[in-house]
Amino acid sequence: MDLNLLKRRGPDEWHIAPRGKMRVPGVIYATEDLIHDMDEKVYEQVTNVATLPGIVQASYAMPDAHWGYGFPIGGVAAFDPDLGGVVSAGGVGFDISCGVRLLRTGLTVEDLQLVKELLAEALFHRIPAGVGSTGKVHLDRYEMQAMLAGGARWAVGKGYGTHEDLEFIEEHGCMDDAKPEHVSDFAKKRQQDEMGTLGSGNHYLEVQQVVRLFDVETASVFGLRAGDVVVSIHCGSRGLGHQIGTEFLKSMVTTAARHHIELPDRELACAPINSEVGQEYLGAMRAAINCALANRQIVTHLVRQVFADIVPQASLSLLYDVSHNTCKVEEHVMDGIPTRLFVHRKGATRAFGPGHPDLPPSLRSVGQPVLIGGTMGTASYVLVGTKESMALAYGSACHGAGRSMSRHQALRQWHGRDVVKELATRGILIRSPSMRGIAEEAPGAYKDVSEVVDAADDASLARKVARLEPLVCVKG
Amino acid sequence: MIMQTPRSETVQGSWEHFPHQADIGVRGIGPTKGAAFEQAGLALTAVITEPASVAPMEAVSMTCEAPDDELLLVDWLNALVYEMATRRMLFSRFTIRFSDHSLHATAWGEPIEITRHQPAVEVKGATYTELSVKQDGQGRWIAQCVVDV
Repeated sequence: MDLNLLKRRGPDEWHIAPRGKMRVPGVIYATEDLIHDMDEKVYEQVTNVATLPGIVQASYAMPDAHWGYGFPIGGVAAFDPDLGGVVSAGGVGFDISCGVRLLRTGLTVEDLQLVKELLAEALFHRIPAGVGSTGKVHLDRYEMQAMLAGGARWAVGKGYGTHEDLEFIEEHGCMDDAKPEHVSDFAKKRQQDEMGTLGSGNHYLEVQQVVRLFDVETASVFGLRAGDVVVSIHCGSRGLGHQIGTEFLKSMVTTAARHHIELPDRELACAPINSEVGQEYLGAMRAAINCALANRQIVTHLVRQVFADIVPQASLSLLYDVSHNTCKVEEHVMDGIPTRLFVHRKGATRAFGPGHPDLPPSLRSVGQPVLIGGTMGTASYVLVGTKESMALAYGSACHGAGRSMSRHQALRQWHGRDVVKELATRGILIRSPSMRGIAEEAPGAYKDVSEVVDAADDASLARKVARLEPLVCVKG
Repeated sequence: MIMQTPRSETVQGSWEHFPHQADIGVRGIGPTKGAAFEQAGLALTAVITEPASVAPMEAVSMTCEAPDDELLLVDWLNALVYEMATRRMLFSRFTIRFSDHSLHATAWGEPIEITRHQPAVEVKGATYTELSVKQDGQGRWIAQCVVDV
C-alpha cells in the first residue's frame, strides 16, 4: 500500500481522512513494513466500509488486514441503529463465527514423547476433517432447532463437555436472540451431517507446546507454563454458516436500492438494522454463531475422548473460545455516552480489556485471552485484551497471519508429501486426508504471524502472553 | 493476471483460475454465455480436484433465478456448491439452458472418493468479488468471480 495515502498518527496507527462519500475516517493499525506489504485493495475496502450508513467513529483494519470481500479481512466497524445503521452479511462473511479455542491438557511435552505418534493417528481418525467428511452426530428437525437456539449450551446438555466450559466461551456458549426460523431449509440440510467436523482450508486441530512466556503473571492466571501441552481447535459454522451467508448476501444486494443504500461494492451487501431483512439476517446469523459454538464443543468432546484413551492422566480444560466473523451488539462509550452498537468483526477477534463485565470472574482482573492462530509450521500466540484496546477499535485485535501467496502459487511451489516430511524432521506430525490441501496450506504461503502479533502488541490492541508451537496438526 | 494455462480447452471453451490473496478466482470462457457458465463450473471443480478424475456417472438437475447475468452466475456456482456439499459429489460435465432470468442446468458427476480425488479444499460459496459476465472484443463470453474457500 502506498504510504502517501495515509497520515501517521502514531508508530503503528495510520489514518485515512474522510473524502468523497466516506462518513468517518479509516484507521489501520500496523507497522510501516506491514502497511507497505498490504494490498491496495485493503485501502479501497477500508474506505468503502466508511461510506456505509450509520457507521460511527471509524472504519478499522487490524495488523493482519488483507483483501477480503467487501470488508477487508481484519476489518472492524460499528453501526448505530439510531443513526440508520446497517448490518452487513458481507461484513460478517461466509464462515460465520469461525473461531479458535484453546484447551489446557495438564501435560508437559515429556508426557507426550512416547505417545505422540499414536495421539496424532487417533486424532486424525476420530475427528472428521476435510472435504465431504461427516460427523457422528446427525440432527433431525427438532434437534437442529434446539442446536441453533442453544449453541454450546445445547451441546453440553447432550453430554458433549462440561458446564464449566460454557463460562469460557463468548456469550457463555449461547448467543441470545437466535432465530432458527430464519435459517433456510437449505442451510439446515447442509448442516445435518456436519456437526463435530473440522472442515478444510485453513481450519485445523493442533496439539501445541508453550515455548515462551512474555507475561508470566497473566500466563499464570491463564494456567499456562513453559513446556505445557495445549490443544487448539480452529473451525466454524460449517455448511450452515456458508449457506446463510450466501442467501442473505443475495437478498441484501437485491433489496439495497429499496432501502436507499448505495453499495460501492456488491460484496458490502447490507440492510438497515431496523428493517425486515436486517432483523431476519441477525436472527439467522446468531443461529449460525450457535452452530459454530456447538461444533467446536463437539470437536472438543472428541478430542477429550482421544486423550482419555491415550494419555489418561490428561485433563482438558478450556482456556477460552473466540469467534472471528461476527456482528454483535455491544455497549461502547461514544463521546462519553454508553451507546449500543452493532460491531462487525470480519477476520478479527474480540479483545476485551480487564474489568469488562462480559468476562468470567476468574479472568476479569487481567482481560480476555486473545487466541491468534498461526500455520502448521510456525507458531500461534496467546495475547490478552488491554484497557487501551477498548478505546482503539471497540476491544478488537487481529486473528491470524493471513496468506502472502495464492493457493495456486503455493501448489506450484510445494508438494504436500515434502511439506509433511520436512515438518516431521522438526518434530511436527501432520495428518490430513489431502496432500494437495497440505501444499496449498504450506507454512511458507502465510505471512509471518510473529510480525503481526508484535504489531498488535505495539499498538496496544492486545498484549503478548505466550508463544505456542505445533507438535501435531490435523488439517482438513 | 492469468496464473494458469487452461487445463481444458475444447470447442466449447476453456477455464482458468485467477489469483485472490486469500482465495481463488474461477473464470469460464466460451463461444456462448452457456458455454462460459459450463466452463466456470469446471473451474469450480478444479479448485477442489482434478476435473479429469471425476467420472460423469450421475446426473443432477438444478434451476436458478436472478435479475441479471452476474447474479445468475453466482447463483449457478452456489447451486453447484450446495449439491456438492449435500450429495457429497463432485461434477465434471455440465449443460446449461437459459430462459428469461432463469438457468436450467444438468451436472454429471460421481460421489467423492477421498483417496482418488484428493480434494484440496471445500468451497464455502461464490462471491461478488471480481464478478463479471461479458463478451470480449472477439465475441467470446467470459464468466468469472472469486470463490471463498
